[in-house]
Amino acid sequence: MLTMADERQRQQRARNLALLVVLLGLVALFFVMTLVKLGAF
Amino acid sequence: MTDVSTSPATARALAGPAVSDYVALLKPRVMSLVVFTGFVGLYLAPGYIHPVLAAIAVLCIAVGAGAAGAINMWYDRDIDAVMRRTQGRPLPAGRMAPGEALGFGCVLAGASVLIMGLAVNCSAAALLALTIAFYVFVYTVWLKRRTPQNIVIGGAAGAFPPIVGWAAVTGDVGIPALLLFAIIFFWTPPHFWALALYRSGDYARAGVPMLPVVAGARETKKQMLAYTILLWPLTLAPALIGVAGALYGAAALVLSALFTLLAIRVWRDDGERSARQMFAFSILYLFLLFALLVIDRAPGLAGTFGASLG
Repeated sequence: MLTMADERQRQQRARNLALLVVLLGLVALFFVMTLVKLGAF
Repeated sequence: MTDVSTSPATARALAGPAVSDYVALLKPRVMSLVVFTGFVGLYLAPGYIHPVLAAIAVLCIAVGAGAAGAINMWYDRDIDAVMRRTQGRPLPAGRMAPGEALGFGCVLAGASVLIMGLAVNCSAAALLALTIAFYVFVYTVWLKRRTPQNIVIGGAAGAFPPIVGWAAVTGDVGIPALLLFAIIFFWTPPHFWALALYRSGDYARAGVPMLPVVAGARETKKQMLAYTILLWPLTLAPALIGVAGALYGAAALVLSALFTLLAIRVWRDDGERSARQMFAFSILYLFLLFALLVIDRAPGLAGTFGASLG
């Protein structure tokens, strides 16, 4: 058996982590995109 | 703070959506085929695109397709709750609020089009926007609940990705890209109707006028067979116009023959088994056709690299 509070906390943590990964991914994407567009590599 | 002991399933539903629910909204299985066909369009296009930008283009196609899937799940949540195949989706299962799914889909749709425009080109971005809009407004909102031709016309949405991939390289739409579009467009009805044949009860309960529900199994099977025959010249065309070589041409002939044979088996069989087999083969059929287009053009693999492009 799980407590609802535990489950809610666990899922909130997973969502926050996923959001962090997405945001870091976007930053990396725009960084690389800019370098490519500027002809850096 | 609430601290109620409950079963894991109930606790999960009450705790709100998990990351896996957001992933499910993107229809990952549909997305995989869309990504693959989009990549093939990009690969076959004449000209050069930086590998990083090519990867971004494919990512945008994937995210755009996922966004359309999420918005589709938001709109169809009422019928998804009735159908066995879709009852476990995040919205009908109560694990996610409708507004969250809609917001998620809209943000992803906007982001994918914007990034495609910034990183690749405006033509590809516009075509991606058109693909998403077609799937959401033309297929989901307009056709799906109104006509048994829903997946025939709506199939265009699933056929757009190779054109988007092609436009990412060239900035326009060439004849070979239109050919890839046509192959997927004419492949969609026999693919979906094979599924609808053994899920017709589900569709009838939900009030979705799929062809087997409205016109019956016999008519559906006849039309499936007709579409598989139409696919013969279409799948051979890339070899005939020089987009692909003899390896692809021979394989297309064999695969199309098998697809038609399966349609004949479905037509003669009253059970579900042949329809299930045809559905499974239809996925393999499209995957192999598009994979062979790539293999046939890969340097050193089939010796046709550098074939003239339309």
